[in-house]
Amino acid sequence: MSERILEVRDLAVSFDTYAGEVQAVRGIHFHLDRGETLAIVGESGCGKSVTVQTIMKLLPSPPARIKSGSILYQGEELVGKSDKEMENYRGKEFSMIFQDSMTSLNPTMRVGKQLCEGIRKHQRIGAEEAKAVAVNMLREVGLPNPEKAFRQYPHTLSGGMRQRVMIAMAIACSPKILFADEPTTALDVTMQAQILDLMNQLKADTGAAIILITHDLGVVAQMADRISVMYAGEIVESGTAAEVFYNPCHPYTWGLLGSMPSIAGSSRQAKEELLSIPGTPPDLFAPPAGCAFAARCSYCMKACLKADPPEFTADDGHMARCWLLDGRAAPVTPPVGRKAPAGKEGA
Amino acid sequence: MGRYILKRLAISVVTVWLIATCSFFLLHALPGNPFASTQVLPADVIEQLMKYYGLDQPLWDQYLKFMENLLHGDFGYSLKYAGQSVNGIIMSTFPVSAQLGLQAYFLSLPLGVLFGIIAARRRGKAVDYALVGFSVLGVSVPVFIVASLFQYVFAVKLGWLPVAQWKSFSHTVLPTLTLALGSIAGRTRTMRTLMLEVTAEDYVKTAKAKGLSSAKIVWSHQIRNAIIPMIPNLGMEIVGILMGSFVVEQIFAIPGIGAHFVKSVTSLDYTMTLGLTVFFGIFVVGANFIFDLVYGLVDPRIRVVK
Amino acid sequence: MTETTKGAAAGLTNEDFQPVLSEKSADVIVRPSVSYWADVLRRLKSDKVAMISFGVIFVIALFAIFAPMFSPYDYETTNLKATNLAPCAEHWFGTDQLGRDLWARVWVGARVSLFIGLGGAIAPQLAGILIGGVSGYFGGWVDMVIMRIIDIGVCIPELVYITLMMLFMGSGPMAIILTIGMVGWMGSARFIRGRVMQFKNREFVLAAKTQGASPLRQIFRYILPNILGQQVVSITAAIPGAIFMEAYLSFIGLGIKSPMTSWGQLSQVGASFYRVHPYQLFIPGALISVTILAFYLFGNCLRDALDPHLRD
Repeated sequence: MSERILEVRDLAVSFDTYAGEVQAVRGIHFHLDRGETLAIVGESGCGKSVTVQTIMKLLPSPPARIKSGSILYQGEELVGKSDKEMENYRGKEFSMIFQDSMTSLNPTMRVGKQLCEGIRKHQRIGAEEAKAVAVNMLREVGLPNPEKAFRQYPHTLSGGMRQRVMIAMAIACSPKILFADEPTTALDVTMQAQILDLMNQLKADTGAAIILITHDLGVVAQMADRISVMYAGEIVESGTAAEVFYNPCHPYTWGLLGSMPSIAGSSRQAKEELLSIPGTPPDLFAPPAGCAFAARCSYCMKACLKADPPEFTADDGHMARCWLLDGRAAPVTPPVGRKAPAGKEGA
Repeated sequence: MGRYILKRLAISVVTVWLIATCSFFLLHALPGNPFASTQVLPADVIEQLMKYYGLDQPLWDQYLKFMENLLHGDFGYSLKYAGQSVNGIIMSTFPVSAQLGLQAYFLSLPLGVLFGIIAARRRGKAVDYALVGFSVLGVSVPVFIVASLFQYVFAVKLGWLPVAQWKSFSHTVLPTLTLALGSIAGRTRTMRTLMLEVTAEDYVKTAKAKGLSSAKIVWSHQIRNAIIPMIPNLGMEIVGILMGSFVVEQIFAIPGIGAHFVKSVTSLDYTMTLGLTVFFGIFVVGANFIFDLVYGLVDPRIRVVK
Repeated sequence: MTETTKGAAAGLTNEDFQPVLSEKSADVIVRPSVSYWADVLRRLKSDKVAMISFGVIFVIALFAIFAPMFSPYDYETTNLKATNLAPCAEHWFGTDQLGRDLWARVWVGARVSLFIGLGGAIAPQLAGILIGGVSGYFGGWVDMVIMRIIDIGVCIPELVYITLMMLFMGSGPMAIILTIGMVGWMGSARFIRGRVMQFKNREFVLAAKTQGASPLRQIFRYILPNILGQQVVSITAAIPGAIFMEAYLSFIGLGIKSPMTSWGQLSQVGASFYRVHPYQLFIPGALISVTILAFYLFGNCLRDALDPHLRD
């Protein structure tokens, strides 16, 4: 397709706590091409945030520890790089938008200064120039009065404004990859749409690739080119947005899609039932031997309890880890009836 | 901000008034009289003394007189040291205690903060264990043991510094160190905890995500946010230093205010106890007031809310 | 659909691909659940520092209880023929300037100091629970009045309370405990008030209320158990402070007075002669330090055991 700027292979991350080892990420691989948006979807605690924070080397170590795998950024290995070396990547090559702008901005430092720090570090310019860049950035993310916001403290701004400041900070040095960790979860719905629009527009302007972490499939539908579904530290299904939405292969994805109320769905089928996934994710202190989802899966087979399923390819570039895709399993009809973009809208 | 200052000022004045009033009535409700304990005096002499000091007046008149004098900054005359005013005694002894206290305070403040930062930065390393060990020991050993040990080792055995008295700067070194030790230990621990708490904050992660070096993050994000919660307590810590100084003054034979305070309490020297209590009260309430204002200035969140 | 990846399916038979619907339940709790306090105890037992410091406290308490009973000497009997004896076979800790046996005095003093330590830690908590509970539960003007009193009360320096209370109540152990209580209740009242306000509108308290539980019952039966852990930690953490306070007051001459004794009183006397008879200061001094250290460390371990999130 196009240039591959990030490739994660067989990444496993554990936390060493005094109660034992928590296997937060258990051997995942994915890649990101220039200018595309990859959404990583899953319940809280499934390892989404750990994954991206590992790429940026933001997790304190100890307790976090990369057990295996490699992270290639434009062909360059990031695993094993020191904190010092990573400083030149963070904020410049890739940066992060955090979920909670209230706690993610320093409460005792003016917005402008927080913006300028990163700009001065990476662009090696003086205070005056940095200020000009920062104010410009604030204007670009849509703050009505950027000069004033520059001098304000974070708590005096509204939630939406703060999130815009976070975005301005993240894109200030035109990074090639933008990690967005639940960027709209803390906002109300109208603000969410505005922020997502802003991100899409900035992506179009700068050509940055985005890795979007969320549990909100509505956000995914609006943003993502490709989707990876994570469960219990593993990627259980991945593919293009259309494939995952319209031809989901993993029962967990069925559950996720089924638990999302859909306006389109309700108009089509007035009484479409909302599905829920029973139970809770497994304890990552002691992941089960077989498929991690088996205990909650209503299609569970003996094989699922015995061995972790390998990656099955459904279509080109569409992968799922589920024994149902093995030839020996009886065919199952997914409960979420979106086999193809239904009706006249066309495939 | 102006309203906040006025409100705090009003609370401070009320507090001082309460201290003065409560102390006055409690002291006068005590059984016994100040002239009975030292020597046996004939009844008519005691009567004359009572009259001389105005103690035969109705309590309410005495109170009004006391408050009036207090407004003029006059604490009256000691009942025990004939002819000496409480103000005079404070003027002659408080500077010594103040010097001792301030030296200890300004030694312990930066050192405790510094040790706390170092321990937090080197968490889990040998330096951290050493500093935590020091701080645990420092808060566990009573000040009179530290004072005696220091005096014994550095003055009596090694002869590096004077054993006691208050004559030159070298005389102040051991008492200051003794007094500061506990505060340094306590603050090391507090600062370490606060630094570790701050390290886990989201904005530290944001700063890291911006690509800032860890030294820069510690300097411009962590330290300020870690110190702010300590500020309101700095005023109360002065009380600790003051109380500690009574012990240190006793052991190093320093002519400070501590001995007078203890003596006045045990010998029922009303005016002296009252004067010193109110004086300490004003001093501490004033210090708290100032540190509260500083806190309001340093923390932008408080500035707006109040 | 085609299988492409590695042969992970090896060893699986066709029979393995039958659905297993009935055998399992969705909610599988992987770790066995243990009761909260059993868990706390388990964590404490596995903590070396906690066990050692607890052992030290236990031994000192044993000596405080039994040593005076089995000592041939009485703590207040003077013997002017045997003054200022260094520790020897007759007098294990030596004698003081009036010839009183210091072994007996030190352990009687331990009783007093430990009693004040415990009492001084519990008294302000009890007052705080009562006042803070009332304030937080009833709210309104009651709360308003109590909080204003505390606002002003905490501004008054500790020293002022201590002076006045000691003047009023003399110098016995109870006086010291009450003094510490007077100084300390405000902090814990504020804390309890906050927690009570936090809990009083929780569903389980409201449920009790609708069933007619009295306010006191709601506070003591439903709210307090939820903050019991924190209270235990606060009390343990306050013991060293109370022991310190006794030592301090006795040392400057406002606390326990001879012939009654305590570690602070012994230190005060010892300090005047320590250059000639160092044991008279350093034996009680060392005991104070070790006891405070042990309580302090145990308190920290207890806090970690009750709330493992504070550790990492």
